[in-house]
Amino acid sequence: MSPFDSQIAHLLAGSMLLVSFMLLYQDRMFSLLNFFAIHACVLACSVGWQAYVQRAPHLYITALIALLFKGLIIPVALHRIVVRLGVHRTIENVVSIGPTMLLGIALVGLSIVVMLPVTHAGGEFVREDLAFALSVVLLGFLMMVTRRNAVSQVIGFMSLENGLVLAASGARGMPLVVEISVGFSVLIAFLVIGIFLFRIRARFDTVDLQALDMSRGESA
Amino acid sequence: MSADIGQVALAALLGTPAVGALLLAAIPTYRLAAALNVALCAAPLAAAGALYGHRPPPSLYLLVDDVNAAFLLVGTLVGFTTSVFSAGYIAHELQVRRLRPRDLRFYHGMYQLLMFAMDLALVSNNIGLMWVSIEVATLTTVMMVGMYRTNAALEAAWKYFILGSVGIALALFGTILVYLAAQARLGAGLAAMAWDRLAAASGSFDPALLNLSFVFLLLGYGTKVGLAPVHAWLPDAHAEGPTPISAVLSGLLLNVALFALLRFKLIMAGNSHVLAPGPMMVSMGLVSLVFAGFMLYRRRDIKRLFAYSSIEHMGLITLAFGLGGPLANFAGLLHMAMHSLTKSAIFFGVGYVSQLEGTQRIADIRGLTQSAPLLGWLLIIAVLAIAGLPPFGLFTSEFLLVTSTFARVPWLAVLLGLGLMIALGALVLRVQGLAFGDTPHRHSLPAWRLAPMALHLALITVAGVYLPGPIVAWFRHVASQLG
Repeated sequence: MSPFDSQIAHLLAGSMLLVSFMLLYQDRMFSLLNFFAIHACVLACSVGWQAYVQRAPHLYITALIALLFKGLIIPVALHRIVVRLGVHRTIENVVSIGPTMLLGIALVGLSIVVMLPVTHAGGEFVREDLAFALSVVLLGFLMMVTRRNAVSQVIGFMSLENGLVLAASGARGMPLVVEISVGFSVLIAFLVIGIFLFRIRARFDTVDLQALDMSRGESA
Repeated sequence: MSADIGQVALAALLGTPAVGALLLAAIPTYRLAAALNVALCAAPLAAAGALYGHRPPPSLYLLVDDVNAAFLLVGTLVGFTTSVFSAGYIAHELQVRRLRPRDLRFYHGMYQLLMFAMDLALVSNNIGLMWVSIEVATLTTVMMVGMYRTNAALEAAWKYFILGSVGIALALFGTILVYLAAQARLGAGLAAMAWDRLAAASGSFDPALLNLSFVFLLLGYGTKVGLAPVHAWLPDAHAEGPTPISAVLSGLLLNVALFALLRFKLIMAGNSHVLAPGPMMVSMGLVSLVFAGFMLYRRRDIKRLFAYSSIEHMGLITLAFGLGGPLANFAGLLHMAMHSLTKSAIFFGVGYVSQLEGTQRIADIRGLTQSAPLLGWLLIIAVLAIAGLPPFGLFTSEFLLVTSTFARVPWLAVLLGLGLMIALGALVLRVQGLAFGDTPHRHSLPAWRLAPMALHLALITVAGVYLPGPIVAWFRHVASQLG
């Protein structure tokens, strides 16, 4: 891979990380969905670029899935669900935005500290790419932890999964990447259908233990 | 010749449930579907028996070796007996209209799909394929847990879904890291994902990358094993779904996830420069054991009680494999097989109890030995067995584990013994309330429906009193391979 090729790949992976941060501070559902669509499109570009530089045509399928399914179909479907469920106004955060951003920066620091010394074997490009991917994964986790609403939790999960696809496409010649991305798409489709069918508005765990015990049939 | 038989058996093992899933999804009549479900589960059991003696040659995707042959035999046996139990259980659910006839097509199709996914996870040689099949197994169980559509069931399914997905995502990241470590030595492509090649060549992999991958894999697959602190989905999923699914979850799916973890532990074991994976597994196992032991005291739901007991036992098994060495591995393997049989027997019993009494609340169930004597006594036997009392198989394995721990890390044996005692106390306390006392109820339950439970209990009693020589030799051989 020439230096120019890897520069472009880094640019795209870095943009994904940037969009991950933008997802963290969105406080309206519709803008969250829009930014997720951008996230998926950047992923599609990144995977497409990997397909081109690795001469791995099967990766174009993964890129196409990311573009059409996660960049278009899922955001549109979620948009309609959000309107139906009436949860579009604001997003309830467990932790407010300032500390969340600081935590996010700390997580990116962590993934750089963890990944950079580790991956001598894979070469310069792979290790930086992996550090980006791990950061995106960790920011996805952070989003799932700090949001109360089921829809934004699912978006957190999907951004996490985008990070995984980024890592898998960066691993040179990895088999089954397409199968794995299809598998994830099925999983996400189920999540979205689940929200819609069962009208799940909020995640179920709450700090109110009394309420939790009631719903578990565990109250005295 | 032997390899040919192996090929056929392997094809039957994977083919029957795959075809069965489609077939049963299309059959609307309950009786036919339930009977076919039993028949379709018998074929993989026979195939697993054949695979024990006849191994097909390994390919880049599939592999049958001594280790997974043992897991397969236990898994297909529990799958088969659970299908027999499920036939009786589902008939009752139809009668009381908790399930509609059209739910059953879905239920039976999913049951076969689950069996397919678990068999595939066990025989897969490709670490990516193993990941995909465990994901499929997770998805099918999620849908079955939510089948009753009550709020509690949906809550349980959603929680299981989210936590399971996160676990699966972590495991995938770990898998990618393992591939990267292997790719530098074995070259890009399928060979760098084939487990047997990885285990053989892992000595030359980058140790730092392997270390990092194992942390992700332990947390990821550990979520599916139900190890504390990532166990939160497990009690809910066991309590709210249909009871046959609770039996399969505890008896099979937890084992499959643990098997995946063991495969990666073996890759780690081949490299002398990596962090030892053992202590990590031991500490997670010990935390699960003690934590679940205490949690057993405050349970008010009968299925939830035994779900926590599963966390406790998975903790024990993880501890045993983490400790390593021939004796502890032997104890771990035996415990795994015995726990599968005993815990599924308990869930068979608990399923009937909750149907007959119409409740899962422990406080509302009394005097089972009077109201349904055979069921009551079988349940007492099963609970005493799961608590680790002699003369059952779990006593043998726990005894082996405690003695081998005591010989190697004495202070750990103290904690281990403490955890076992705490759990024993809670279980004995609870089963007394369930089994004895006066009750006006009298239930009738056809004796054949208790056959699977009786079979499992007979097996663990025999194993506790006398373990046949060939089985001991086999388990010893497998234990020596587990490092």
